[in-house]
Order: sequence, then C-alpha cells, then structure tokens
Amino acid sequence: MLLGKITIFLKYIFCLVWLVIAGYPFIFVFNTSLKERREFFTTSVWSSPESWQFQNYIEAVKAGFLRYFLNTGFVTFSAVILIVIIAAMASYVITRIEFKYSNLVFLIFVAGMMIPIHSTLIPVYRVTRTIGLYNTLTGLIGPYVAFGLPISVFILTGFMRDIPPQMEEAAIIDGASKFQIFTKIIFPLSRPAIFTVAIYNLVIFWNEFVYALILISSPGKWNITLGLWNFQGRYGTNIPMVMTGVIISAVPVIILYLFFQDQVIRGMTAGALKE
Amino acid sequence: MEKINSDKKRIINNILKSNGFFAFLFLLPAFFFFTLYLLAPIPLSGYYSLLRWSGVGEGVFIGLNNWSRLIRDSTFWLAVGNNFKLVFLSLLIQLPTALFLAVVLTSKIKLDKFFKTVYFFPMLLSTVAIGVIWGYIYNPNVGLLNNFLEAVGLEHLILDWLGSRRYAIYSTIVAICWRFVPFHMILYIAGIVGIPEQLYEAAEIDGANAWVSFRHITLPQLKTVIKNSVVLSIVGSLKIFAEIFVMTGGGPNHASEVMATYMYTTSFDSYRMGYGSTIAVSLFLIAFSVSLIFLYLTRKKQ
Repeated sequence: MLLGKITIFLKYIFCLVWLVIAGYPFIFVFNTSLKERREFFTTSVWSSPESWQFQNYIEAVKAGFLRYFLNTGFVTFSAVILIVIIAAMASYVITRIEFKYSNLVFLIFVAGMMIPIHSTLIPVYRVTRTIGLYNTLTGLIGPYVAFGLPISVFILTGFMRDIPPQMEEAAIIDGASKFQIFTKIIFPLSRPAIFTVAIYNLVIFWNEFVYALILISSPGKWNITLGLWNFQGRYGTNIPMVMTGVIISAVPVIILYLFFQDQVIRGMTAGALKE
Repeated sequence: MEKINSDKKRIINNILKSNGFFAFLFLLPAFFFFTLYLLAPIPLSGYYSLLRWSGVGEGVFIGLNNWSRLIRDSTFWLAVGNNFKLVFLSLLIQLPTALFLAVVLTSKIKLDKFFKTVYFFPMLLSTVAIGVIWGYIYNPNVGLLNNFLEAVGLEHLILDWLGSRRYAIYSTIVAICWRFVPFHMILYIAGIVGIPEQLYEAAEIDGANAWVSFRHITLPQLKTVIKNSVVLSIVGSLKIFAEIFVMTGGGPNHASEVMATYMYTTSFDSYRMGYGSTIAVSLFLIAFSVSLIFLYLTRKKQ
C-alpha cells in the first residue's frame, strides 16, 4: 500500500518535471519577448517583465514579419488546397477503381516517405531555376505538394478503403460517372480524413524551412522561417526581439493545435503508425 | 426487365473499360509533382555526383573523382560520425524517455490530457524556432542554462555550450531530443491504448506487479510500435539539418557538422554542386541501408 503511494507520488513528480522541461521554455520565450532590450540586460533572466509591453511585437511586424506572415500564408494555403485535391484524386483511384497497378501505385507513393529531402535539394533547385520559378513564392508550392503527398495519400487511402461500396453502387446504377462519384460521394464522405490531411499539411508547410532556404533569395519573399532565421542574424544580440519573432512565427500553429489537437497529432504520427 | 438488365450491363461494362484511362487521368497530377520533385531527383543527384558543376550552366563530367575525394574527405567522415552519435544518443535518450512518459500518462493518472497537450508543444515549433530558442538557452552570458547553473551553485559547469568544439554536437543533440521525445511518446501512447485490458487484469490476478506486467505485457505488445519508432529515429537522426544549421551552422570549425549541413554549405554556400550531390547521394544511401539493415536484423530474431 505504502509502495503504491510512493509510486503514484513519483509518477506525479516525474510528470511535473517533464512539464517544466517541455513547457517552461515557452513561458521563458514569451516572458523575454515582453522585455525591453535594456530591461533584458539589466534584470535577471528569471524576472518577469516590469510591464507587459508589446513594443517588440510592433517593431517585429514593422521589420518584416507581416510580410513573412502573408508570404507563408499564401504558399501554405495554395499548397494545402492543391494537395487535398490531388491526393484525394489519387487515393480515390487507388482504393475505388479497379486497375492493374493500384497496389504498385500505392507502394510507390508510400515509399516516398523514406526519401530524405536533402538528397533531392540540388535537382529541385535546378528544376526550379529551369522553369523560371526560382525566387518566387509559387516555386515553393510544387516541392511542398510533392513532399506532403506520401503521408496524405497514406491517410486518405486508409480512410477511403473503409467507405462501404453500397452508395457507390447505387450511384453507378443511376448512371453517375466515376468523376461524379468522386465529387459527389467519395470526396464528401472522406471529410474527416481530408480535414486531418489539411491540418497536418498546414502545420508542416507553415514551419517549412529547407525548400525556402534554397529556392528564395530576396527578403521580400521570405517565408516565416527564413525571416526568423535572418532575424536572428540581424538582431543577434537583441534577444527580446528575436524571441518576439519566435512567438509570432509559432502562434498560428499553436492556436490551430489548441483547437484541433487530435487532427494535428493524428496527422503528425499517421505515417509512423502503419500496422 | 431484360432490357434494364442489359442496359445496366452495358453501362457497367463501359465504366470498367475506361478504368485504366480514368486512373491515369486522376493520378496524373499527383505523379507529376511526385516524380518531378521527389522521385527523379534521386537518380539525378546520382548523375550530378559525377560532375564538376557550380550550379550554373553545364557541369563537366569527371567520372568518380568526387567519390574518391569523398572517401578521403575527413570533414565528411566527421559529419557521418556526428550523425551516428546522434543516432545512438537519440535511441538511448529519446526512446526510453518517451516510453516512460507514455507508460506514466496511460496509467490512470489525473490531468493526463493536460500533460499530454503540453508535452506535445515542442513538436509544433519549426525547426528554425527550435534552433533559435535553444541558441538562447545555451547563450554563454544571458542563456537559461548557465544562469540556472549559477543559481544552483554549479558555476564550475558553466560553458559556452555551442561554441565549444568538444561539446557543441552534444548540446545540439539535447535540443533535438527535446523536440522528438513527444513524437515517440504519442506513438507509444497509441500503442499502449491498443493493448487489451484483459491481459493486465489476468496478470494482476496472477499477482504480477507493475514492473512484471510492463516487461511481460507492455513491452512485447509494443514490439511493432517500438520497431517503427526506432527506424524513424534512425532515419530522422541521419537526415537532421535545420536545428543544427540554425544553432551552430555545423561549427565551430565543423565540430557539429552533420551530413545534411555539410551537403548544404558545400552546394549552396561554396557552389560546389557536383560534390554536394555526392554528399547528398551518400546521405540517401546511408539512411536507406541503415534502416534496411535494422529491419532485416529484427525480422530474423522473431
């Protein structure tokens, strides 16, 4: 009995310790972002800000973060919409249309999860230059879509396989085309999975860095991660300012997570949970 | 009745007949992006690795020169070594911590939802934000870590965590583990939730304590999940990039270089894209063969 109580006590201690390890850096970063530069260097790092000043936020937005925000938003939304449509089409074919190579097609897509993107960067850079999309926001959409496809197809096929065939059969008898079956039946019925795919890719694209790093050069087209990285270089010693950048860059994803926690987690771990 | 039936047959036949074409049409956009940006680059990188090429214009074919150079390139092997340090320390730190957290969180504890929500937070940040935050934590003067050491009277441990050639790589590894523990924790939680409750009840009736049921029920039942998470951890460690790139840039003096950062600086800072491709292809080959070897070894044991 006593042993049981000690175990429970230790469990909570451990939970609290990890709570501090995982959560405290966030409080720390937010705390720092509210300090004035001078205040930061004259007070202890542990102290709370004298008053909640959002001056750094205003300055960061002026220094380019609004631009990065809009740029990232544009690329993220375009890529998410494109990937949802394209991945749903492919998954529909793989799961509902009988043809010789459906298994092979599925395997090829899923094998894409194993490709480390760093091995693809130079050809992607070259292709982007060749087709004239280097240093454009549009040029990021293609690589993003390709990068997100394997997981998206994996999630969507998993869901579509379980849709019972009766509704489709009825529609076929009514003379619906395969295209109509897709738009009127399968796509709407797959809404939960599509939602997961959308949320997941939203998080990934919002946080994407490597493609932007090699494909974008002018500051006016930086996405949020590129902006943050350069911000760190520019404001290196103005730590409150840099931490403000961190917060601004992370807020959309954190809000999304607080509302759609299950979808975010499911998306991020979907590829790993196969059988 | 017969007419309706034959109509039906005809319609269904028509649909079946065009299946291949329809499939082709509907797969086309996905295949376009997938091939252009993900699949074709692998053999293309292989081809580029045979060139001397600055990234602009056409490269010069130089056969296997880049490859023989790679074998003698001590910086490359230093980077590979760092990648494997990361692999082993990740397996050693990340996975046990994640498993422990998962077991605790699934053991009918209060506030488990809240803990889980906060524990997942590091996974939400971009790799750049991780690098920036940890760069601040490790800052020699105003950083959290040194200030903490000072506060608890461990001044002698104070260090320039990212500036030290000896410790830089380990400092980055800690930050990377911080980020990936929640990922593996979620995998294990999903696995543990899927274990039938009866197994534990039966064990309890037999008088098994928590440790025994963990060893003889939880662990064996999680075999597949653990295997998956080991593969993901290995591959993830071999292709790690932005966290290290942002924190140290691979420095000081290559001390925290990994394959991906070396590949990036070679190709996009020094514009030696032929040699950069050689590093990129080796990264691919190493990641691929290590996971195949692991999968093969674990298959044999079963």
